[in-house]
Amino acid sequence: MKTHLLRISLFCVGIISAQLVLAASPTLDKVKSSGAITMGVRESSIPMSYTTGDSRFDGYHVEICRMILADIKDKLGLSTLRINYQPVTSQNRVPLMQNGTIDIECGTTTNNVARSKDVGFANTLYVEEVRIAVKANSGINSIGQLAGKKVATTTGTTSVQLLRKHEKANGVNFDEVFGKDHADSFLLLESGRADAFVMDGSILAGNIANAKNPKDFKIVGEVLSTEPIAIMVRKDDPEFKAAVNAAIAKIVANGKMPSLWNKWFLAPIPPKNIVVGLELSPATKNAWANLNDKPAEDYQKK
Amino acid sequence: MAFDLGVFCKSTLDGEAVDHCFSALLGLGQNADPSYLDWLMKAWSWTLAVAGLSLLIALVLGVLMGTLRTLPDGSGLSRWLVRISTAWVELFRNIPILVQVFLWYHVIPAFVLPLKALPSYWLVSIALGFFTSARIAEQVRAGIQALPSGQRMAATALGLTTLQSYRYVILPMALRIVIPPLTSESMNVIKNSSVAFAVSVPELTLFAMQAQEETSRGVEIYLAVTLLYALSAFGVNRVMTWIEKRTRIPGFIVPSDNVAAH
Repeated sequence: MKTHLLRISLFCVGIISAQLVLAASPTLDKVKSSGAITMGVRESSIPMSYTTGDSRFDGYHVEICRMILADIKDKLGLSTLRINYQPVTSQNRVPLMQNGTIDIECGTTTNNVARSKDVGFANTLYVEEVRIAVKANSGINSIGQLAGKKVATTTGTTSVQLLRKHEKANGVNFDEVFGKDHADSFLLLESGRADAFVMDGSILAGNIANAKNPKDFKIVGEVLSTEPIAIMVRKDDPEFKAAVNAAIAKIVANGKMPSLWNKWFLAPIPPKNIVVGLELSPATKNAWANLNDKPAEDYQKK
Repeated sequence: MAFDLGVFCKSTLDGEAVDHCFSALLGLGQNADPSYLDWLMKAWSWTLAVAGLSLLIALVLGVLMGTLRTLPDGSGLSRWLVRISTAWVELFRNIPILVQVFLWYHVIPAFVLPLKALPSYWLVSIALGFFTSARIAEQVRAGIQALPSGQRMAATALGLTTLQSYRYVILPMALRIVIPPLTSESMNVIKNSSVAFAVSVPELTLFAMQAQEETSRGVEIYLAVTLLYALSAFGVNRVMTWIEKRTRIPGFIVPSDNVAAH
């Protein structure tokens, strides 16, 4: 009889503590009960998030996410946590986060006001700068020299709108050509159909690194725009976001960020051992020093 | 995610609402900055322009090649014309349209330098036109071969040359027969014109991809674009039906005989 009572009371305690976790965070609860989490990744966003073949994924954000998830695993007291990788695209990443297909997205998503109505963003660890890539022998050194020239950019990116705004503000006129993806836009520059390629600095650096003769191209001119690229989480789950941010703070406090940067942006990376060659920008350094989840609009005001 | 058509009245520059949702409609005045609706209409006109030019190229070349494929065996010249037209059809219908567009945009101008100066609008229209011409050629050939062989023999017996028998006897009948498949093909050109986005013609598909990224209103944008594609294709359908009715000669074409026979 006594043991029976004890068992019941233990059972009740179990239920109560389980409910506490349940109420806390749907994502954490799902992770705890299933022992697995689904990470949204990109197929070819070198070096942020990309496939290295055989359905394996790696990259700056992917590695950071793995560190974050290891931290969360310890926090939940799990012995193992299986990570499922789900490739996403620019078009489907937000809906897939909303409907629960992915629990955390480690790609190249810009944190902006429009998106934060639908999803949540962790603290920024990478600040993207929109730059201009030209042929090294073109003599172009700033955006002012691009008036009347052919400027390539990729359909479905914020750079297209950025160019329009710049045209309007400065009364210049670019002859815009649109690549259907980044590789296509770079081909336009390579084949001479465009005089410049305006895009996120990391993408330009990655494409140049992959080119036949990387020395033929260079990144020039002023920074046209700054955008925080952040890890995406669900909007209605502040507990999970707090856990992710706590893990990020721990990684930064341990001083791991500079070596992560060197690993992905300055050293040869798998699978082809190319070097992206993008120096750490002051904006990114600043984001590490003052962890925040400000949207892109706040960066524009500066 | 509420449904919000207001996105079309926003400025394409700063995302704020503009004064007039649609520029210069009924002289209401111009927007300082174009709205997404203005852009959508511009994109639509590009789609129609690409489809129109492609269809023109496709019809001219398709009828020509289709006719050449049916030339009677005879002199060396006609044998060569048959071979050339057959090669044309096999070449252009065996390569996927997107690959052809890239060939015309990236590869061929590398060898034929004057083509580099040609705007991508022309290159993509040529690519789409040639691709469609191969399909139209086959339909025209089918139309010609559907005619009883007595038609051709009668024309020859009347003393008409090959050119004359095609001009006055065979083609007028064959082309009437193939109007229904040509209708589908013309509608296909509208839909296939979406490949033009790949070579930076700012048409509806490019608009959809770009505007949904800028506005985060994918559902509304794609719905509007879908509607315009459907509307354009349906418009073509109506025009072709009208042509079919206008050119109909009672008792002339096989199906009406069948109706009479039943």
